[in-house]
Amino acid sequence: MAAVTSDAEVEVRRPRRSVVVGVLLVVWVAAYFVLRGVDTLVLGGQETTPLHRWLTEHRDDVGQGNAVFDAIRFVVDQFVVLLQNVIAQPSFDRPVPVIGWLGVVAISAYCAWAFGNWKVAVLTAAGLGFVGLQGLWQESMDTLALTIAAVLLSLLIAIPLGIWAGLSNRAFRVATLVLDLMQTLPTFVYLAPLTLFFAIGPAAATIATLIYAAPPAVRLTAHAIRSVPSESVEAARSLGSTGGQTLLKVLLPMSRSTVVVGINQTIMAALSMVTVAALIDAPGLGQTVLKALQTLDVGVAFNAGLAIVVIAIVLDRVTTAAGDRPWRTASVRRKVLLGAGGVGVLIAVWFSRTYVWAAEFPTDVNIGSRIAKVVADVTLWVQDTFGGFTYGLRDVVTEGVLNPFQALLTGSPWWLVSVVVVALAAVLGGWRGAAPAAVCLALLVATGLWQDSMVTLASTLLATVVVVAVGLALGVWAGRNRRVDAWIRPVLDAGQTMPPFVYLVPFLALFGTSRFTAIAAAVVFAVPVTTKIVADGIRAVPVATVEAANSVGSSTWQVISKVQLPVARRAITLAVNQGLIYVLSMVVVGGLVGAGALGYDVAAGFAQSELYGKGLAAGLAIVLLGVLLDRVTQAASRRTQDFPQAFHSRGDKR
Amino acid sequence: VKKLRYAGVLTAVALALAGCGGEKVGSDEPAAGGGKDCGTFNLAVNPWVGYEANAAVVSYVATKDLGCKVVKKELKEEISWQGFGTGEVDAVLENWGHEDLKKKYIETDKVAVAAGSTGVKGVIGWYVPPWMAEKYPDITDWKNLNKYAAQFKTSESGGKGQLLDGDPSYVTNDEALVKNLNLNYKVVQSGSETALIQAFRDAEKNKRPLLAYFYEPQWFFNELKLVKVNLPEYTAGCDADPAKIACDYPPYDLDKVVSKKFADSGSPAYDLVKNFQWTNEDQNAVARMIAVDKLTPDQAAEKWVKDNQPKVDSWLGKS
Repeated sequence: MAAVTSDAEVEVRRPRRSVVVGVLLVVWVAAYFVLRGVDTLVLGGQETTPLHRWLTEHRDDVGQGNAVFDAIRFVVDQFVVLLQNVIAQPSFDRPVPVIGWLGVVAISAYCAWAFGNWKVAVLTAAGLGFVGLQGLWQESMDTLALTIAAVLLSLLIAIPLGIWAGLSNRAFRVATLVLDLMQTLPTFVYLAPLTLFFAIGPAAATIATLIYAAPPAVRLTAHAIRSVPSESVEAARSLGSTGGQTLLKVLLPMSRSTVVVGINQTIMAALSMVTVAALIDAPGLGQTVLKALQTLDVGVAFNAGLAIVVIAIVLDRVTTAAGDRPWRTASVRRKVLLGAGGVGVLIAVWFSRTYVWAAEFPTDVNIGSRIAKVVADVTLWVQDTFGGFTYGLRDVVTEGVLNPFQALLTGSPWWLVSVVVVALAAVLGGWRGAAPAAVCLALLVATGLWQDSMVTLASTLLATVVVVAVGLALGVWAGRNRRVDAWIRPVLDAGQTMPPFVYLVPFLALFGTSRFTAIAAAVVFAVPVTTKIVADGIRAVPVATVEAANSVGSSTWQVISKVQLPVARRAITLAVNQGLIYVLSMVVVGGLVGAGALGYDVAAGFAQSELYGKGLAAGLAIVLLGVLLDRVTQAASRRTQDFPQAFHSRGDKR
Repeated sequence: VKKLRYAGVLTAVALALAGCGGEKVGSDEPAAGGGKDCGTFNLAVNPWVGYEANAAVVSYVATKDLGCKVVKKELKEEISWQGFGTGEVDAVLENWGHEDLKKKYIETDKVAVAAGSTGVKGVIGWYVPPWMAEKYPDITDWKNLNKYAAQFKTSESGGKGQLLDGDPSYVTNDEALVKNLNLNYKVVQSGSETALIQAFRDAEKNKRPLLAYFYEPQWFFNELKLVKVNLPEYTAGCDADPAKIACDYPPYDLDKVVSKKFADSGSPAYDLVKNFQWTNEDQNAVARMIAVDKLTPDQAAEKWVKDNQPKVDSWLGKS
C-alpha cells in the first residue's frame, strides 16, 4: 500500500510544478520571438576557436616514445598476438593456427558446459558452427581473440576497482563520475589520441575496447558489494573476521551473481566496439563490415554483423548460465563426466592440429553468400516499396516538430536558453538539478560549440522521447507476458549488438541524409536497452500487489498505470537514463548520415589533423550534454519520489 | 542420458575413423616465393575502392614476383601517416594533397619521404546526377545555380538550396565558396562517402534533384556518370586565403609516400612502390572488378596483371 500513498503525494504536488514549467516555456517562446538571432554563437564548419587551435597544437605533447606507454603497448600486443596465434592466424611456421576449428568448438562447448549447463554448450557449438558456415571463421576468431584479451584485461582492472568503490564511499562517488565520463565520451574522440600513445593495430584497439568495456564491471561489482546485507557483514565481524576475511568469505561470495552480470555486460560492450576498433586496424569482423560499406554492400555487411550478433548471444547466454549456476562442489558423477569430456576435448584438439579438415573450416557449404544475397534483395524491396512514404514521414516530422524545436534552441540567445534550462532544472530537481546544469551550460559555452550542441540537443531529446515511448510500450508488454518476452529478447539482443554501421545504408536509402535518419538509427539502437530494463522492472513487481489490484476489480489499464508502473518507477527512471546515454552514444554515428553538428565535428576531428582540437571539444560537449541531462533527470526523479539514488549503469540485465 | 552418452562415444569413434583418412596439416605447403630478400611489407589501405585497386595490384606483384609478405592495414589517411613514425606502415600509395601532413611527417619529423606520382589525376568538385544535366543543360555553369536553388531544397537546408558535402576526411572550401559566390545554398554535411553515394543513387533512380561534393577517380562513376558543375576556374594561388576562396578545387596529382625506414631498407618492395605508376583508366578497371563484379582484390589484380604485363615489368625494372 506504500505505493498508493506515495502516488497520492505526487498527485497533490504535480499540478503546481507543471504550471510553473508551462509558464517558463511560454515565456521562453515569447522571448524567442523578440530576441531571435541575438548571441547565438554560430561557428562555421571549418572554423575553429583559439581553444580548438590550442588543443590541436598540443596533441603531440604526450605521446609515443614514452617508456610507460611503450611497455603497456608491448605487453598488450604480445597478449593479443598470442591469442590470435592460438585460434585465428597461421602461426609458428604452420599454415594454420595452433588450434583449428574443431578444437576451438570443442573447448568452447566444454567450457560452456563446465561453467554453465549442457543447453548453453549445445548453443555454443551451434553458434560457432554457424559462424563457420557463414564463411567467416578466421575473422570471427580474430574478433574473439581481441574480445577475450580486452575483457580479461578489463576485469583485471575493473574488479579490484569495483571492490574498492564498493567498500569506500568516497571512491564510489569518484568512480561514478569517471565512469559516466567513460561511457558518454564518444569512442571516436579517444580513438585518434589513443593511436598517439599506442600506435595503431591490435594493441591500441584492445585498449580502446577496454576503456569502453570496463565501466559496467566496475559499477556492478561496486553495486554488488554495497548491496550485501549489513547483517551478514556484522555477523562476520562479530565472529572476529578481519577485513580481508570478510571480503573473501562473505562479501565476494554473496555478490558473485551480480559480478557475473557485470562481466556479461563488459563482454557485450566489448563486442559492440568491434566495428569502431576496426578503424584503427583491429583485425576481424569489423574490417569486413567497414569494407562492405565502401561499396554499399548491405548483404555482406549484414552477414558479418550477424556473426557478431551470434557470438554475442552465445557469450551472453553462457555467462548468464554461469551466473545462475549454484555455487557448490560438483558431484562425483559430474566430476567423472567432466573428466571424460576433457579427454574428448584433447582428442578434438589433437585432430585439429593434425588434419586439414579439422584445422581449416570446410568451405564446401557457404551460407554466407546466400544470406548476403537475401538481405540485399529484401533491403532493395523495402527501399522500393516504402521509399516514398518514408521520405514523407521524414518531412512531416522534421518540419512539424524538429525544425521548430531546433529553431527555438539555436535561435535564442545562449544566455536565454541557459536561464530557462537552469530554471527548469531548479523547478524539477531543486538545487541538485540546477547546480550541475549551470556548470554544464557554462562549460558548453566554453567549448565554443554552443550552436552545434543545441542542434544535437534538439535531435537527442526528440530521439529520447521516442525511445522512452516505444520502450515503455514494449517493456510493459514483455514484462506482463512471458511468451512475448521469450520472442522479443533475441531481437533486442540483436538490436543491441548488431553494429549500427550495418543498418546505416538501408536507413540512408529510406530517409536520405538528414537529422531524421540519425534519429531513426539512434532509436533502433536505444530501444532494446530501455525495453529490457522496463520489462525487468515490471516483472519485479510483487505478484501479491498485482493480485490485490486484480481482486478489487481493476481493469488491465488500471493495473498497469496505477500499480505496475508506479511500483516499477525506479526501473523506469533507470530505463530513461540509459535510453538517453545510448542515444548520446549514437551521436557520432548520426554524424555519418547527415545529422551534422557535434557528431560531424567529432568524426571530422578524427579524420583531419587541423580539426583535431575541435573534434575533442565536440566530444567533451557531448559528455557535457550527457551529464546535464543525466543529473537533471536524476534530481527530478529523486524529488518526485524519495527513493534511493537510482543505480545506473549500462546494466540491462534481468 | 545414458543413450546420449553412447551416441556421443559412437560419434567420436566415427569421427576418429573418418578423420584419420584426411589430409595432414603441412603436407601441401607451398614452395617459398621468388627467393629474394623482401621480408614483411606493411601497406596502408585507405578506405576507398580506388586506393584498394592500387593496393591490390602492388600487393599482388610484391607477393608473386618479389616474395614479400604483404600485410595490408585498413586505415584512414591521417592514421596511416602516424604509422610511418612507428614502423606500422611502410607505404601509402595514393595521397590526396594533405599538405599539412606532408609538412609534419616529411619536413618536421622526417619519418616519411615522397615516392613520386601515382600517375592518377584527382578531381574534386560539385556534381549533379546525369538526369539533371540532361534536363537542365545550363546547370553545369555555376552562374545558373541560383536559378535552380529552389529545386534543391530539403528538410535540412532551411529554405535554401542544399549542397551536400561529403566524407569528413576531405577538406572542403564549400562554405566559403557558397558565401563568396553569393549562392543561395546551404552546406549540409552528409558525413560519409557511403551517405553521398546512396544519395546519388537515390537521386538518379527517383529523379530527385541533388547537388553534392564528389571526386574522381571513384568506382561509383562506373555505375553512374555524374556531371561536374564548373566553378570559376582554378588559378595558382586563388585558394591562398581559405576565407576568400572563390574558385574551383585544384587538380590533384595523386602521389605515393613511404616511411623513411622503408626507403632506406633496400627492400625490393620499395623499388616497386617507387616505380609503380598507372592511369585513371587502369585504376578504374581494377576498382570496377572489385566493387561491381565482386572479385576479391587478389583476383582482380591477377586479371589486370595478366593483361598488362609490360607495365608490370617496367615497375620491376625488367624492361
